[in-house]
Amino acid sequence: MNTSPALSVSDVNFSYGAKKALDGVSFEIKPGQCTMLLGPNGAGKSTLFSLITRLYDTPSGRIELGGHDVKQDTCKALATLGIVFQQTTLDLDLSVQQNLRYHAALHGISGKVADARILEELERLGMIERRFEKVRQLNGGHRRRVEIARALLHKPSLLLLDEPTVGLDVPSRAAIVDYVHRLANTGNIAVLWASHLIDEIYPDDHLIVLHKGKIRAIGSVDAVLQTTGAGQIKDAFFKLTQGDEPR
Amino acid sequence: MNILHFWRALWGITGRELRRFVTQRERFISALVRPLVWLFVFAAGFRAALGLAINPPYQTYILYEVYITPGLIGMIQLFNGMQSSLSMVYDREMGSMRSLLVSPLPRWFLLLSKLLAGTFVSILQVYVFLAIAWAYKIHAPWQGYLYIIPALILSGLMLGALGLLLSSFIKQLENFAGVMNFVIFPMFFLSTALYPLWKLKESSPLLYHLAKYNPFSQAVELTRFALYGQYNQEALLFTLAAFVVFISAAIIGYNPSKGMMIKKGGG
Repeated sequence: MNTSPALSVSDVNFSYGAKKALDGVSFEIKPGQCTMLLGPNGAGKSTLFSLITRLYDTPSGRIELGGHDVKQDTCKALATLGIVFQQTTLDLDLSVQQNLRYHAALHGISGKVADARILEELERLGMIERRFEKVRQLNGGHRRRVEIARALLHKPSLLLLDEPTVGLDVPSRAAIVDYVHRLANTGNIAVLWASHLIDEIYPDDHLIVLHKGKIRAIGSVDAVLQTTGAGQIKDAFFKLTQGDEPR
Repeated sequence: MNILHFWRALWGITGRELRRFVTQRERFISALVRPLVWLFVFAAGFRAALGLAINPPYQTYILYEVYITPGLIGMIQLFNGMQSSLSMVYDREMGSMRSLLVSPLPRWFLLLSKLLAGTFVSILQVYVFLAIAWAYKIHAPWQGYLYIIPALILSGLMLGALGLLLSSFIKQLENFAGVMNFVIFPMFFLSTALYPLWKLKESSPLLYHLAKYNPFSQAVELTRFALYGQYNQEALLFTLAAFVVFISAAIIGYNPSKGMMIKKGGG
């Protein structure tokens, strides 16, 4: 049995020219753990995601997914990963099912297995009736659900979500937040969720507060509150980011 | 990861390109209208003005329409390659490129699969064009319609790889107009697509040399000879070499540690 953390980030640094985007970032995420990555705009969240997904090269430090180094063992590492990007990455002119089949093919899943998993994931997300519709016809919330279904099709051990609820209405946002938390609790899948929306945090979550490329706080909600001496996460965040207040 | 994984991914990428092409009817129509306008209008107008000597692979005097048909096949593939390049830049701006690049497959394979898929789409367009040209009484030996398949695969890959390479350098969609001006037009007009090399030599030795060593000319000649059941080794080797150079540079361009991706700030 693989006992490695779902994600391990060790002393990662990254710069855009002279501007340092990440500075000595280290943390681990265990299976079944939902970790909220908090930070104001420009904190380095998206850069960190680009390094984890190997869209960028990691110039220093080490990132492992399920025990596989993303630099040395890229394919095995990426196979453990499900991703929902900040921007929609679905093909708008294809149907929901066609988009999901395409993703399954990229992960080497056979047509029969893919179809069964597509039904299973869409059923769980309440999207099964919409599977033959073109993505262009779906609203933002439904598109996000399809992207979550897609990220889970190959049964990853880590789900990365990069501000997936931006631009969604309140019920759609609440549904997605609830679904992902249940997934972490019951599915033994690790979740790393980048956000700057405090109300997306549940009491059992782990927190990483990133600001100007550095980790300012890490641990359970209670631990972060205790460290900062704040009564609410919002206040703790405010203290840690010195005024870059979240919504 | 095994061979079946690679096969399924290739099949998936090709199927997606094909579906996108079929659903985007305007793209299909414009891809056909462009060469047909050249064939029906341009060629008809220049038929009288341009006399063509007998040159291989032709064994007799030919109409200008017959001469430019392989050039227009090349035009279809050239525009298709650039369209793929444009869609890569678009996909990158829209983000869908990311979902491809984070797949658990080597990046060279993903890029090569994209190329193969684009080439397949371009070959379908070529055959529809050839069917219309046939109805317009432009006939080649029937075997030629089979012999051109390998030539079309290689020239499609070469032109697609050029598009891929360009897409790794183009920062934004708006910059694509520059590609039209500085790549497509010079490549097309400085080639043997519209006039044979000896005609160019008569007017300018410099243009002659530029056209002779233009990879697009070589791809057109490879197709021209294949369409008449003949093998042009020089064109084959030149097109193959150009493909290897373009695809290698494109793979470097898309490599996260070496390429242009970081400078563009996204994948």
